[in-house]
Amino acid sequence: MAYSDKVIDHYSNPKNVGTLDKASKSVGTGLVGAPECGDVMRLQIQVDEATGIITDAKFKTFGCGSAIASSSLATEWLKGKSVDEAVKIDNMDLVEELNLPPVKIHCSVLAEDAIKSAINDYRKKNGLEELVFEERIH
Amino acid sequence: MLKLPIYLDHNATTPMDPRVLEAMIPYFTENFGNAASRNHSFGWHAEEAVDYAREQVAKLIGADPKEIIFTSGATEGDNLAIKGVYEMYASKGNHIITCTTEHKAVLDTCKHLEKLGAEVTYLDVQPDGLIDLKALEAAMKPTTILVAIMYANNEIGVVQPVKEISAIAKKHGALFFTDGVQAVGKIPVDVNADGIDIMAFTAHKMYGPKGVGALYVRRKNPRVKVTAQMDGGGHERGMRSGTLNVPGIVGFGKAAEIARTDMEADTARISKLRDKLENALKQIDESYVNGNPAHRLPHVSNISFKYVEGEGLMMGFNKDIALSSGSACTSASLEPSYVLKALGLGDDLAHSSLRFGLGRYTTEEQIDFTIKAVTDTVLKLREMSPLWEMFKEGVDIDAIQWAHH
Repeated sequence: MAYSDKVIDHYSNPKNVGTLDKASKSVGTGLVGAPECGDVMRLQIQVDEATGIITDAKFKTFGCGSAIASSSLATEWLKGKSVDEAVKIDNMDLVEELNLPPVKIHCSVLAEDAIKSAINDYRKKNGLEELVFEERIH
Repeated sequence: MLKLPIYLDHNATTPMDPRVLEAMIPYFTENFGNAASRNHSFGWHAEEAVDYAREQVAKLIGADPKEIIFTSGATEGDNLAIKGVYEMYASKGNHIITCTTEHKAVLDTCKHLEKLGAEVTYLDVQPDGLIDLKALEAAMKPTTILVAIMYANNEIGVVQPVKEISAIAKKHGALFFTDGVQAVGKIPVDVNADGIDIMAFTAHKMYGPKGVGALYVRRKNPRVKVTAQMDGGGHERGMRSGTLNVPGIVGFGKAAEIARTDMEADTARISKLRDKLENALKQIDESYVNGNPAHRLPHVSNISFKYVEGEGLMMGFNKDIALSSGSACTSASLEPSYVLKALGLGDDLAHSSLRFGLGRYTTEEQIDFTIKAVTDTVLKLREMSPLWEMFKEGVDIDAIQWAHH
């Protein structure tokens, strides 16, 4: 199976690989997937508490090229968005941008889950109610 | 100058040796006869060529030429052997013993027969990939007609103790069939010394053409017969009908001859390169060689690089190096290799494995390039791996409640 140029580019030059201080109140961390399934994503956001804007985003991913590209692209999109806007990132937008084939859609779903999980972690830390998302069938 | 891409997937298929192609060419054009045409020289020439190839193939495995049944390949051979024995020996019993790391052509054939009334025992393998002879002995029953255990495994290269297995089968009056695809032409295989009753193998794994294989069927002590699975002209002693693939068979014969004459030199050279590759990659932290290293094909190495995923790993160099991974991230099931899982490897290690299959044309320069490319990619991906970070921080990854999907 051939990868799209965009996937190859994100894989070769991933954006925002790294770690933020998960103990910080302004950082939200999402860890999704499972080693047994062959992909684990950790996505972190740094939020400016005054404005609610995501000032930084980092990821680390264990998985195939599409999983790495999905998380790399997600961190790019998150930076500069408000938390409320970030919630609206849909996995199908990632699929479209990266031109993922059907067998790789789960990689984008995982990235969306990672975003939502990071946002909820941030909300919890700041005394906000966790958002409830529709249960997805992967 | 190093020519890219490098092919290190010789367990999947091999390039054809130019000497094989040369031998085949006249049989497409001038000598195009049907080997079954008895009434003219075109047929006689074809038959002569097939007979010669049959001798070449037989000699490679220490068999009599009459014991060689030409097929379309090893999948057909596996099917013909197992289904053919099940039908032919139905009055003796219905029990077949095989093992969990067999090729799908064997496993799925057994599953098919289960639906028709066969009783099949699937032996587990030990963590090193070898079957437990005591478990085999314990599984034997009065109704056991066939023991089907592969000679060498396609994913990890472990070589089963075939002599001991055949002795157990014989003691209990069962036939011994082995899928010899990965072993024949690579290591010495002798049907008499090894006690093999039936064996499937194929040309394209030993630098011959695709689409032609052979089934060895013993004629003496005991005389074995398999029920034909295709009806037709009664070719190949009635066991396999269908016009013979003369150019393919000629190529197979030549490939078998070269494999026999060059085996010692090829093995010495290739195993040295394999060991160089393996020793270098073992230097990477948390890398594990899969399968028993003492009972293994000389050209295969299967290594898991913990905390990186195989497909992601291959993407780092797959424009330059062709090899296989035990990760099945591309398959809809997301299930990693059943062979590695059968060794008791966790799914994470199975997802992290690469299979290196070296061959006749592999050079030291290619191996040096591969060592560097794989090492660099593993290190790069670990910098990106959350699991590697956790491991380095001493987090117990197995204790985490992962959300399975």
